[in-house]
Amino acid sequence: MKNNHLPLSQSHFINGNEACAEAALLAGCRFFAGYPITPSTEIAEHLAERLPEVGGIFIQMEDEIASMNAVLGAVWGGLKGMSATSGPGFSLMMENIGLAVMTETPCVVVDVQRGGPSTGLATLVGQGDMMQARWGSHGSYEIIALCPSSPQEFFYQTIQAFNLSEKFRVPVLLMADEMVGHMSEKVVIPPIEKLEIYPRRYTLKPPGEYKVYQRAENGVPEMVKAGDGYRIHVTGTTHDERGYPFMNEETQKELIPRLVDKIRKNHKELIDTKEFFTEDAEVVLVGYGITARTLRWVAHLAREKNLKVGVLKLNIVWPFPDEVVLNLAKKVKALVVCEINMGQMVREVERAAKGFCEVKFMGHPGGGMHSPTDILEAVQQVKA
Amino acid sequence: MNFQHPYSELLRTDRLPHIWCPGCGLGIALDSFCMAIAEMKLPLDKLAVISGIGCSGRIAGYLNVDSFHTTHGRAIPFATGLHLANPELNVVVFSGDGDLVGIGGNHLIHAARRNLNLKVFCVNNFIYGMTGGQMGPTTPPGAISATSPFGNIEYAFNLPHLAASCGAVYVARWTVLDILKLKKSMQEALNKKGFSFIEIISPCPTLYGRFNNQNTGVEMMRYFKTHTVHNPKANLSEIEISHGGQIVVGKFLDIERPTFMELYRKVVQERVKRTLDEKYEEKAYPQEHT
Repeated sequence: MKNNHLPLSQSHFINGNEACAEAALLAGCRFFAGYPITPSTEIAEHLAERLPEVGGIFIQMEDEIASMNAVLGAVWGGLKGMSATSGPGFSLMMENIGLAVMTETPCVVVDVQRGGPSTGLATLVGQGDMMQARWGSHGSYEIIALCPSSPQEFFYQTIQAFNLSEKFRVPVLLMADEMVGHMSEKVVIPPIEKLEIYPRRYTLKPPGEYKVYQRAENGVPEMVKAGDGYRIHVTGTTHDERGYPFMNEETQKELIPRLVDKIRKNHKELIDTKEFFTEDAEVVLVGYGITARTLRWVAHLAREKNLKVGVLKLNIVWPFPDEVVLNLAKKVKALVVCEINMGQMVREVERAAKGFCEVKFMGHPGGGMHSPTDILEAVQQVKA
Repeated sequence: MNFQHPYSELLRTDRLPHIWCPGCGLGIALDSFCMAIAEMKLPLDKLAVISGIGCSGRIAGYLNVDSFHTTHGRAIPFATGLHLANPELNVVVFSGDGDLVGIGGNHLIHAARRNLNLKVFCVNNFIYGMTGGQMGPTTPPGAISATSPFGNIEYAFNLPHLAASCGAVYVARWTVLDILKLKKSMQEALNKKGFSFIEIISPCPTLYGRFNNQNTGVEMMRYFKTHTVHNPKANLSEIEISHGGQIVVGKFLDIERPTFMELYRKVVQERVKRTLDEKYEEKAYPQEHT
């Protein structure tokens, strides 16, 4: 254990934010730039202590705009990088999440969601940034976002987020929420050799033969880092394979579909959902994050009353698992979408269900969770 | 005959001609930089240039080194990450006044405060050029611009004063007329450890000069020539640039102060090294998860 100072492979009693921070270290993250913001700060605090222990760099920047950019710079400098924030900071990061998309810079951004809009409920739960995660930066793009429901899942999804970001060279958003971030639970950290860590795919081509944005496997270009003699040009402007900016329709038509297709064409690989009691279900509750846990409890209560209720839990929310929702919609009477916002992912469920079943929405403005009995009541209304 | 640009090694010649207007000073600023690095024989593979957005933001892309063209105002934080990830790189931020001091002003003052080992070359043309000549934080009071049609009523930043008071260890100001001094200053900055800031006063006849009684690049250069005062001992608080007034140039500051990375290594990493073994013995739980 003394040699690498990575976390001990054992059971811990830690909160979600700490689990995320330790997972980042195991995933190979060696750079963190952030700005203090509740309820994500524990990630920064934990990494301020832990990153130097594994030879990494922690820096507290002047704001979240700077944090996001510092992460991108560090990634091009050869490290795996991450930032963590909450709603207001997430808003500030948006422009440069777009820069990460355009420059195909792999990185992870954690948004421990709180109640909004604006300052909102700084210390209390919300799930209101889900659409912002998908559409928050300007222009057309595709992105990957994950939602953990427990500290243990926060741990695994952090590693998954780093892996996906390296594989597809997109920023991956970890859309946690205050409850998952602050909840302390048993978190089992497996030995590092049992974890699948996706290394950065550096090119084997020599300088001269390498083009910084030439498509390779899955349409994803191979990486290099600054200082290796490739003399790359990286720009947020529409660019060609060499990275040279060209402001015209042709270049845009070449670049943007490729960026979007990295996700769209590999969409099947990015379906990650979990179903509970859906085999015979007549009503399926749909949720993610902390809400998915409430839903499982509701399903138990419903089954006790002989109501055929199942749960669909979304682990990867973006790209949205259209097929999974459509298949369920064809089987059930209703999908009941529960989320701690006034209606965001329900729109996706409605779209994906294509009218095959009723889609009901149970929202919550934030600051607390759904009451299981309220959801149960809504379920019973469907039955009647 | 096959003519080669004297700095064809340093430039992405396949990207020329550049986009800058006739009479613009950016070519001279870039030329000074090429001269500086050619003379120093800097290992080009270990040089990275970061720019933001704007006319000056195009500089990075013309240089045949690892170059990054980031979002508006964010060259410094991007460079911060790059520098910290690979401290072996000589990281230069080459951008404009609106980019570095306007929208990116917050990053400038904090990078100087941290004494990050970055070299910031700020080309000041008193105006937002790329977007069509709007006033900015360096536009002298009284100057006419697209968004100050009745004369600018705001006070302008005095950049050397700002950089020095925020903690820069090297501060200079030159006009693009002082090409050899500018080159030397760039070389000094490149050799310096710590936050180095050079303000490069540059003409924008197209969008600044024409509306302020200096119709051509030549006229603007003539103004620089007649109004430049070389005074390295100047009191930094008194060297703001007024419309049609004096331009005080010189190397104003060249001091030593530990950099962020030096302190990170000394304070954080050594401290960690000292306490790590102890700490892990303390924390080493008996059972390992299987």
